Amino acid sequence: MRIQAPPERHPGIRPRPTVGRRLDAAARRSLPVGFSLGLVLLLCAPLGLPEQQALLPGATMGSVFFWSVFRPASMPAPMVFALGLLYDLLSFSPPGIVILTLLIVHTIGLGWRHGLARQGFLLVWLVFVLVAGAAILVDWALICGFSFRLLPVQPILLELALATGLYPLLSALFTWAHRGIADPSRA
Amino acid sequence: MFRLSIQLRQALAKLTLPLLIGLACGVMLLGQIDRRLAEQARIAVADAVAPFYALLSGPIDDLRGLGREADSLVAVARENRRLRAENMRLRRWYDVAVALADENASLKANLNWMPDPAPSFITARAVADASGIYGRAVLLSVAPGRHIAKGMVALDAGGLVGRVTEVGHRSARVMLITDMDSRVPVTLEASHANAIIAGTNAASPRLTDYPEDVHPEEGERVVTSSVADAFPAGLPVGTVHYLSPNLPVVEPYANLDHVSIVRVFDYGMADVTPPAALGHVPSPAASTPAGSRSGDMSLPAGLRLQGAVPTSIGRG
Repeated sequence: MRIQAPPERHPGIRPRPTVGRRLDAAARRSLPVGFSLGLVLLLCAPLGLPEQQALLPGATMGSVFFWSVFRPASMPAPMVFALGLLYDLLSFSPPGIVILTLLIVHTIGLGWRHGLARQGFLLVWLVFVLVAGAAILVDWALICGFSFRLLPVQPILLELALATGLYPLLSALFTWAHRGIADPSRA
Repeated sequence: MFRLSIQLRQALAKLTLPLLIGLACGVMLLGQIDRRLAEQARIAVADAVAPFYALLSGPIDDLRGLGREADSLVAVARENRRLRAENMRLRRWYDVAVALADENASLKANLNWMPDPAPSFITARAVADASGIYGRAVLLSVAPGRHIAKGMVALDAGGLVGRVTEVGHRSARVMLITDMDSRVPVTLEASHANAIIAGTNAASPRLTDYPEDVHPEEGERVVTSSVADAFPAGLPVGTVHYLSPNLPVVEPYANLDHVSIVRVFDYGMADVTPPAALGHVPSPAASTPAGSRSGDMSLPAGLRLQGAVPTSIGRG
């Protein structure tokens, strides 16, 4: 699966930037962040899903990683920060830790994007799993440090497993959005 | 929009990430230093999103209710099947029971079987704790004219309380089974072994005189035995409890600490009269009709051969 910026359909011809079209483009540009914020809000809602809290790290890291690799303009660092802050405030963990882990994921995705964007899906998935594992480990270590005791390891294994399983779904959805409704050049 | 030079903008873009990471660390430290601030921020966000969640929870609850409904429908079908099968089985048993009842009735008619008379009882209120240093007893207030006699058995809602030892015009004294002088023949319900429970003035009377090959089990039910004709068989007394490996006691079912209302039953078993209170001199007039047969008292419990041998042996 290769994702490259689609070629312009009519090179050299630009439609007039009316207000409606500009709003459309802005909405498409902000869709990734909006979707991620919505995902965080939804997964913190009392849906009563099994292991709903453990689903959250995988979902946020997956979307941050995908958009940092494939379209960093739609997932800027301040927005990652805001996303982490919202997550931190909604889930009752020590504040700041999720912000840090999401920023780490964002930085890695951003740094390796030139290499990764050209690779197939499986390799990107593998890299994501490694990055997510490292980020979850950092998260766990920081929470352990702040609470001055060794927390059980099972939850982080579950989180990593869920992140691993969730990424292909997110990736398929985002790839479709990347070429379709989230593409500002189609405005 | 500020017009920035490209170099400056590039430098700023490069700076953003480290700055934000630093900020994240700052938030982390701030959250540790000032927990109140973090709490307030959390509550503010929670307040902001709570209405949306409330809005969301309606349809979610509906969905979940639908799921439960479907589950319960499946469960109802299964339950129905199970009940049908059980009903069929029970119907068969009902037929068997009716047949047995008929057979029983006809057999009883043929045998001229007399049912046990229902024991008469009076209910009395315990008005005073008559126990002293050497005894455990309660005083009952009895309305005048009610028949109450020595040897009647007192029970409360839980089980055996004791026996009537002295009778006055308006009162009666009941010696509790925890009294030092109380000996009650009992049966261990699991092993059907006979034993005696002997009061020690403590809260739980001791279980003694059980056969050597019987080991009373912890928690085993203990009921009275009709061995000495002092009690009818089967009155609930208590459960076996081991205070130490070789010291079984019986924890009485009756609430002997606070005896309030007891029923005094007349089972017509005043053959073995209970001992009187310490220092009590029985007057000949006050003694029971069994006084003429006081020789029965001298026989050890369980050795009375009722009606099988001439009574002159018993009077020996």
